[in-house]
Amino acid sequence: MVEKSFEIIREFNLCTVLIPFLPFIASIIVLLFGKVSSFFREKPYVLPVIALFISFCLSLKLLFDVIGGKIYDFDLYSWMIAGDFKVGVGFLVDPLSVMMACMVTCLSFLIHVYSIGYMAGDPGYYRFFSYISLFTFSMLMLVLGNNLVLLYLGWEAVGLCSYFLIGFWYEKKSASDAAKKAFIVNRIGDFGFALGIFMVFYFTGTVYYHEVFSKLPLLADLYLKFGDWGIHVPFLASFLLFCGAMGKSAQFPLHVWLPDAMEGPTPVSALIHAATMVTAGIFMVSRLHSLFEMSIYAMAMVAFIGAITCFLAATIAPTQFDIKRVVAYSTLSQLGYMFMACGVGAFAVGMFHLFTHAYFKALLFLGSGSIIHALHHAPDPNDIRIMGGLKRYMPITYITFLIASLSIAGVPGLAGFFSKDEILAHAYFSAYPWGKIIWFIGLVVAGFTAFYSFRIFFRAFFGEFKGREALHGKEPHESPKVMTIPLIILAIGAIVSGWFSIPHSLGGGAHFVEFLAPSVGHAKLVDVDHTVEYILMALSVLVGLLGIFLAWIVYVKSPTLETAFSSRFRRIYTFIFRKWLFDELYHYTIVKPTLWVSNFVVRLIVDTFVIDGTVDGSAYSINNIGSGLRRLHSGIINYYNVFILLGIIIYFIIFYILR
Amino acid sequence: MTSTLPNILSWILWLPLIAIVILFFLPRRNETAIKWVSLIVILVDFILSLILLGYFDFSNPNFQFVEKRKWIDFINSYYYLGVDGISILFVPLSVLVTLLCILISWDSIKDKVKEFYLSLLVTNIAMVGVFCALDLLLFYLFWEAILIPMYLIIGVWGGPRRIYSTFKFFLYTFIGSVFMLIAIIYMYIKFGTFEYTALVGKDYPLHIEKLLFLAFAVAFAIKVPMWPVHTWLPDAHTEAPTAGSVILAGILIKMGGYGFVRFCLPLFPEATLFFAKAILVLSVVAIIYAGFACLAQDDLKRLIAYSSVSHMGFVTLGIFSLNPIGVQGAILQMINHGIVTGALFMCVGVVYDRTHSRAISYYGGLATTMPLYAAFFMVFTLASIGLPGTNGFIGEFLILLGSFLNNKVITAFAATGVIIGAAYMLWLYQRVFFQQVNPNVVGLEPLKVNELAALIPMVVLVFLIGFFPNLCLDFMRSSVDALIMNFK
Repeated sequence: MVEKSFEIIREFNLCTVLIPFLPFIASIIVLLFGKVSSFFREKPYVLPVIALFISFCLSLKLLFDVIGGKIYDFDLYSWMIAGDFKVGVGFLVDPLSVMMACMVTCLSFLIHVYSIGYMAGDPGYYRFFSYISLFTFSMLMLVLGNNLVLLYLGWEAVGLCSYFLIGFWYEKKSASDAAKKAFIVNRIGDFGFALGIFMVFYFTGTVYYHEVFSKLPLLADLYLKFGDWGIHVPFLASFLLFCGAMGKSAQFPLHVWLPDAMEGPTPVSALIHAATMVTAGIFMVSRLHSLFEMSIYAMAMVAFIGAITCFLAATIAPTQFDIKRVVAYSTLSQLGYMFMACGVGAFAVGMFHLFTHAYFKALLFLGSGSIIHALHHAPDPNDIRIMGGLKRYMPITYITFLIASLSIAGVPGLAGFFSKDEILAHAYFSAYPWGKIIWFIGLVVAGFTAFYSFRIFFRAFFGEFKGREALHGKEPHESPKVMTIPLIILAIGAIVSGWFSIPHSLGGGAHFVEFLAPSVGHAKLVDVDHTVEYILMALSVLVGLLGIFLAWIVYVKSPTLETAFSSRFRRIYTFIFRKWLFDELYHYTIVKPTLWVSNFVVRLIVDTFVIDGTVDGSAYSINNIGSGLRRLHSGIINYYNVFILLGIIIYFIIFYILR
Repeated sequence: MTSTLPNILSWILWLPLIAIVILFFLPRRNETAIKWVSLIVILVDFILSLILLGYFDFSNPNFQFVEKRKWIDFINSYYYLGVDGISILFVPLSVLVTLLCILISWDSIKDKVKEFYLSLLVTNIAMVGVFCALDLLLFYLFWEAILIPMYLIIGVWGGPRRIYSTFKFFLYTFIGSVFMLIAIIYMYIKFGTFEYTALVGKDYPLHIEKLLFLAFAVAFAIKVPMWPVHTWLPDAHTEAPTAGSVILAGILIKMGGYGFVRFCLPLFPEATLFFAKAILVLSVVAIIYAGFACLAQDDLKRLIAYSSVSHMGFVTLGIFSLNPIGVQGAILQMINHGIVTGALFMCVGVVYDRTHSRAISYYGGLATTMPLYAAFFMVFTLASIGLPGTNGFIGEFLILLGSFLNNKVITAFAATGVIIGAAYMLWLYQRVFFQQVNPNVVGLEPLKVNELAALIPMVVLVFLIGFFPNLCLDFMRSSVDALIMNFK
């Protein structure tokens, strides 16, 4: 194929600016007037939905511009200038960002529409639409920004909106806990991300993508010296930046926040915690692929972190009973696939899986939301144990859920099949030494994926309905049109989104992957024996079908098997059911010690400086100011001096050690 | 040097005197008149300080709007005022803080109203004076003068343990200043002048320079406050009335950071280089130590006070990175911190006036009962944890970037403060605003006009500086570049 040449346009382009700012303006107006105007209180969705529709159309226009050979890269205004550091608020529209923008606006639009029905009657109706529009703005800034600092802005801002939306029902302690956990775990990742940006600036003197890329070759042989040993600069920079990706895309070991994030309303889980925000990590790694590719260790790190998460989540998913948590673990696992693709150098294929996954995973979430909506009078509508037989009551949800499940299981012809198979094929034929290992893990997990996806499918839609007691005899019902139409559109997406990039071996043109090539590098299988490719394909389809078959046996044919199995292997089952004990591990190794240290610090101050000497240990009240003052005169000054001296001595010791 | 506005600095500095004179003649029972006179005069003063900004020449790194008159002739001391890019932003900030203090105290101070507003006006004069004075004696005068009204504000209108706190506050800051006075006298004896501009660039034997640096640094470090001399701040904040806390957080502790940039760096460059790394280590200790201390607090004001110690650790970190990015970030962060922490103290004052409790465990579910107030508090919380789009991000980012160019390991430690900061602020927010509604907060009065008038400008500033930081950075650029030239 002939290398496509692009014309880079540096002038201001209104379309580009409007795409993120329309939802932003809508969000601010709804937030400001939601309390005072009855229109915005009762119909807060009007403005955001219109804004998003226009944004979506503008994104499509830009998509055709890019296909026509144009790239926009311009600064809107200068954001900060200090010393040699200059950064602007600017946009970059290239194949990668325009594809993300189209996907984000499209899904966000559909999920806005769905939420009109799902969130109806909630006291925070207007708040919801304001936040979710603000999220869309942040996500668009993240993908469209032309420099790393703007990426960081979008990165933190989507995290903030995620915080607001996970904690949307903030009266619930579990929801506000989950929101806080998500934010802080993400902050840990962002700590590395920020240092990574500093590192890039330190060595290249710029934060603009196009300038960074042109200066990257200078880093190739640089080592950062710490005493006797040095660290390869590209590796360290990649590692630090990847910390951010681990936080945002919920990869091991920072994956613990995502399952808890399911406390938020279901449309939020679909948009933020499946389709868009959590894929920001893959977007970032792909955007900076030339940095990651400079260090083989960085690539290995990406591949294996992805593989570990992929496997870990796939084992936990079948043990959970909360429908949204199962889907959340499935998201973790699929994100792992995308990182595996990146880690074998097939960034475009990772992005392709990101694209198809957005549709079928959003569909799975919205389908779950439709079920939850039907059962919302039950004490715990998320519990798959009260579901069953819903096929009869909710035909549209049933069909669309089936399509999503088939797609994620990799049944040929559907979107998930094409993207997952591409990843496996690229892993198998990869030039990187870990390619075959990654392929094998991916293959095994494909079986798990089919199994747990059909586990919830069979438990929800087949057999007898078990929720009559919980619903006090009421029958579940199909959701309103405003919810089912987005389901149908997404179901179409879950089938056809894969057809954009049918591999060459199946007679397709791999258009999607090749469209992205200018941004993220080629991911072509060169000199590959098509026969091997067909065998690999057949193998993964077989594994997927096996998973579905097993699920059928366990959940339809002989439903007692599950409990028999879990009691037979109780130890292992409990360990996996409790999510490999990660929450407990972090609680005892990080949370507890931190609070312990804080209490110690405070006790040190308060006890020695204030309370020391008061027999009952109570704080001074108005009655004992006199005695407090007496103590001040008689002895406490000495305590001060002792402690100031002590502090100074400790500090000089630290100082001389560091010299 | 000519400027188009004659004596503008003197006007800004002494305008509150008009209000003071009027207040003397007003009967003490006419509280409304007392409040309005103070408000209007300070408002005019604020407008004057904005005009000052408008006439500032960005490209000139030297002092502008300079006024120099003979003052105490026989010791060769001058009434010498002027501002440059480092100090100019503190002038409107000081006046703004006083303005907001008047607004926020409108209803909450019911006792000795006249004396209270007099104290505020005197504080305003002293604050502006500190940032304009270019004669070391004059500077020292303003520096110490601020202690008296602050001592009164905390000691008379403060909480139950106010006497203890004022004692501690006075003792600490006074001891620090004495060292500075000795250093000023030494320099006067040696060179026969108090003029700042004449003293810049003088050479000293290194050991003398180190001693002089330390004498100044002790005074500034206590004001900032740096670890381990920070313990006066939480006590002073906790017991101070809302206005007192706002002034403390908004301006008083900035005087320390300003002092480092204005005096320690240009007067003693060799000593600065010698001590820089030590101060960086102290800054990191402050950031982390105070962050941990925040996690264990159950007192709203105490928590925010400790967060101030942590944030000011970032400021000293930026200053002693000794590069333009770090120093500009530090100056901006001082402005930001004045806005954000001042606003947070005002917010605490809002609920304290209604419930008379500062205990975090007393609250819960405020987002349900006072949603607008919750929104304000959320904005300042986010600015405090440095979320991009708010002013807090710009300062923190530039400081850490500047510091990274200087020392990577220290920066890595300092950046953990960002994680701890998010943890304690969001935990605070969760306990006060989220979860189930605590019966204590049912039926609280919504925000009043004076409170809104004080909080809305702060929200505007948070986002304005967050999205257009060049509005502030443009002022300081050339002066900071000139300052840093000494260290290259």
